[in-house]
Amino acid sequence: MSAIAEETVAAPPRRRLRLALWLLTRSFSSMLGLFLVTAIVALALLGPWIVPYPDDVQGGINLANKLQPPSFAHWLGTDEVGNDILTRVIIGARISLLVGIGITVAAAIIGVPLGILAGLAGGRLREVIMRFTDLFLSVPGLVLAIALVAALGPGIVNAMIALILVWWPGYVRLAEAKALSIRDEAYIEAARVAGASRARILRRHVLPNSISPLIVKMSMDIGQAILAVASLGFIGLGAKPPTPEWGAMISIARGYMPDWWWYAVAPGVFIYLAVLGFNLLGDGLRDILDPRSNRG
Amino acid sequence: MAGYILRRIGLAGLMLFGLVCLTFVIANVAPSDPAALAAGPDAGRSQIEQARREYGLDKPLPEQFLRYVTDLAQGNFGRSIATGRSVGTDLARYFPATLELVILAMLLGVLLGVPLGVVSALRKDGPVDHVTRIFAVSGIALPPFWFGLLLQLAFATWLGLLPTSGRISVFTEPPDPITGLLLLDNTLRGQWPLFREALSYIILPAIVLSLPCLASILRVNRSEMVEALRMDYVVAARAHGVTPWRIVMVHALKNAMLPTLAIIGLRWGWMMSSTVLVETVFDWPGIGLYAVSSAIAGDFKPVMGVTLIVGLNFMVANLIVDLLYGVLDPRLRRA
Amino acid sequence: MSALLEIRDYRLAFDTFDGTAQVLDGIDLTLSAGETLGIVGETGCGKSVLARSLLQLNPMPPARVVSGQIHFRDEDILRLPERAMRRLRGRAIAMIFQDPASYLNPLLAIGTQMEDAIRGQDIAASLRKRPRAAARARAAELLAAVGLPEPARLLDSHPHMLSGGMRQRVLIAMALAGDPALLVADEPTTALDVTVQAQVLALIARLVAERGLALMLISHDLGVVAASCARVAVMYAGTVVEEAPTGELLARPLHPYARGLIAAVPDLDHPERRPQGIAGSIPGLIAPPSGCRFHPRCSAATDRCRREKPLRRELLPGRSVACHHATP
Repeated sequence: MSAIAEETVAAPPRRRLRLALWLLTRSFSSMLGLFLVTAIVALALLGPWIVPYPDDVQGGINLANKLQPPSFAHWLGTDEVGNDILTRVIIGARISLLVGIGITVAAAIIGVPLGILAGLAGGRLREVIMRFTDLFLSVPGLVLAIALVAALGPGIVNAMIALILVWWPGYVRLAEAKALSIRDEAYIEAARVAGASRARILRRHVLPNSISPLIVKMSMDIGQAILAVASLGFIGLGAKPPTPEWGAMISIARGYMPDWWWYAVAPGVFIYLAVLGFNLLGDGLRDILDPRSNRG
Repeated sequence: MAGYILRRIGLAGLMLFGLVCLTFVIANVAPSDPAALAAGPDAGRSQIEQARREYGLDKPLPEQFLRYVTDLAQGNFGRSIATGRSVGTDLARYFPATLELVILAMLLGVLLGVPLGVVSALRKDGPVDHVTRIFAVSGIALPPFWFGLLLQLAFATWLGLLPTSGRISVFTEPPDPITGLLLLDNTLRGQWPLFREALSYIILPAIVLSLPCLASILRVNRSEMVEALRMDYVVAARAHGVTPWRIVMVHALKNAMLPTLAIIGLRWGWMMSSTVLVETVFDWPGIGLYAVSSAIAGDFKPVMGVTLIVGLNFMVANLIVDLLYGVLDPRLRRA
Repeated sequence: MSALLEIRDYRLAFDTFDGTAQVLDGIDLTLSAGETLGIVGETGCGKSVLARSLLQLNPMPPARVVSGQIHFRDEDILRLPERAMRRLRGRAIAMIFQDPASYLNPLLAIGTQMEDAIRGQDIAASLRKRPRAAARARAAELLAAVGLPEPARLLDSHPHMLSGGMRQRVLIAMALAGDPALLVADEPTTALDVTVQAQVLALIARLVAERGLALMLISHDLGVVAASCARVAVMYAGTVVEEAPTGELLARPLHPYARGLIAAVPDLDHPERRPQGIAGSIPGLIAPPSGCRFHPRCSAATDRCRREKPLRRELLPGRSVACHHATP
């Protein structure tokens, strides 16, 4: 599998694309990932039109109906104020996906240019950027995010800001490493000798070569960002109820364990499947696009 | 070798200073007013101003920073604004519980992750490999707080085998700490009933905490083993008639262990961080729970203290990994 | 005298994404005990794959044996289970490799790697009282035998501290650990400096003479093969196109490819004679040329060459050529 994948890197672009698609469709776990991601995206897009109880999204109160077990009318049961859990979980997909993509894209937008700059410029500028990056990488993500949220105050927007601040250094590292390795490669030397401008080298060589690992990392990170937002929601520093955010829902449901255990199950399953989907997809893409890099 | 060690230690020292700066900056960008918090919800303007002076919050920032650094150098993490207790004392009380949890989880992760990685590399693309792959990706995707709730439901509520939460029964008089790690202390004293009790409390949180760590050790070890088994030196070792067991367990695994070690170092820090979730679910009285309850109350000093401790752990773990690299890889020794 | 090694109609294919590559296409070779055979050909002609076949070191899959036998002392290597094969490796057939830097484990001391090879060889030794010490003594002995100074100190050093020539000597010493009957040397000097090359070749020649080893030396360099081997087989695109005593081949090559190969070697005695390259390049092996695989690059090719694959036939005693048009 990887022997063939390694070949893809050397192969010409058109054949490479064909081969990549073939490998992707051949791998069960990648296809499962693709399916899960597609399903989550579809739920997020169609959410408001397909939910069985649109009124329950913002948390109407219907105490007569509270904490019902799963039934035909409420497939996943109802919560402590009588809202349909399925409805809220589907709307939760919208929030999680938006937040996950938002965090990842914002982190990449901050990190990639800085990384390329550091890699291509070298010298003192590179030192400054990279040491600054290392600083943010010196505290593991979640604790740094909690510290930032503690400073900014709880809430989903602040949680997002905190997570973006936690996430961007990874992209600096990635882009810097790519830019640096490409800068030293023979064909760039050749292009420079041939008189290509810096911008041209950047556009023609650095960006295309950084794009594969970037796609892989972003796919993985969307999953991890969804998980991180849910985590902050769970400990009470992220989205506030009655926002139908998965982590916050589990946080409330925890109070109704163990008697009304199904309340906590549904949002957890959704978090798991969403993160699993993005991870499997990222994993599959990595095997194909960036086979020599490390897993972790 | 000495130069290598000194350089690594110097770098860690620099990072530590950077971390101190970072926590200071975070504490000072806060839009909320710590003095108002300290003075209490009903405090008037003069009381707030008094609190501001009392905590040194009226001084210019450089002076505050200088005081922050000198305090930290003396092991003074400041006082919790909400409870008035010394953060350093609190940390000393809560840290052993977290440490014990993280050590056990790391043991589980390494002792299961490395062998499983080797087996899946040897059976690459076979059924075992597919099963461990799905297991590994799941380990990273499962929300730990939710997985913890499920385990509580299954093992505590339904099966009644294990306690739901806490570190030890509320009816048990905790013995005087030796190391503060209950399992170790009870082993040293030979108190096996207490050891069993402590084990029954710690096992579920340790499993939940170890799962992502196990998963990533497994994945890295597997891919590094696959890589190592393809190397020329393995071909040569086979050609020279070295036994397969030696080839896998020494020639290939030693090479695969270098990147695996790096992941173990990173994961140590990440576990110190994600223990926040596990401790919240299991009411585990460690620094994670302390950080969360303080963060919700808007009480910075404890949060910054925990951030510093976790960052310090992360740094020390990576330093140890760097040093182990020097031991394992003879090419680094000369540099 | 019966042959030590006898390869009969050996065909090996590699299954790849683009299709099946016929990497070895009907190899016939014989080697007697104590004999030296050189195999020359351009990169990619299959000579290294052939060398690894003798020890079953090609990864399967993607490699797949299509047909043929490789008899070593009346045992067919291709049908030997892995367990039995392991007994042969190092003890009957040993191998040395092209790039000594990558074929030594960077993290293990030379002593550890040699002891592992020695203890893998000799099951009796590992049952002896002090297997480690015995293996270590033997390792030092072997290092001395390949002309390395201070063997005891060398055992504690790591590969990166050694020069390329020293590493190759260490690998040769390891290959000798099991007292093999056949030494397979896959481009043993390609990665070395020219002066070191000569030393390593001299060492191999000495060991072959002293220990009565049979040698199969693989190289893209005719000069290296000429210096160490009594017989040469020329390979092209997975087939042996000509086999002859070395002197006779160099003096009068019969196959057009062998002629081209010799013309491509610079002649130091006649520097005014410019070396001649062979037009075209090695064909792809997934869809190889019809008939004679060399025909697209051969100036004498006819319709018959395009249609019909030439079989190797003995034109002169000890000389065989696979060409429709070759004459004695």
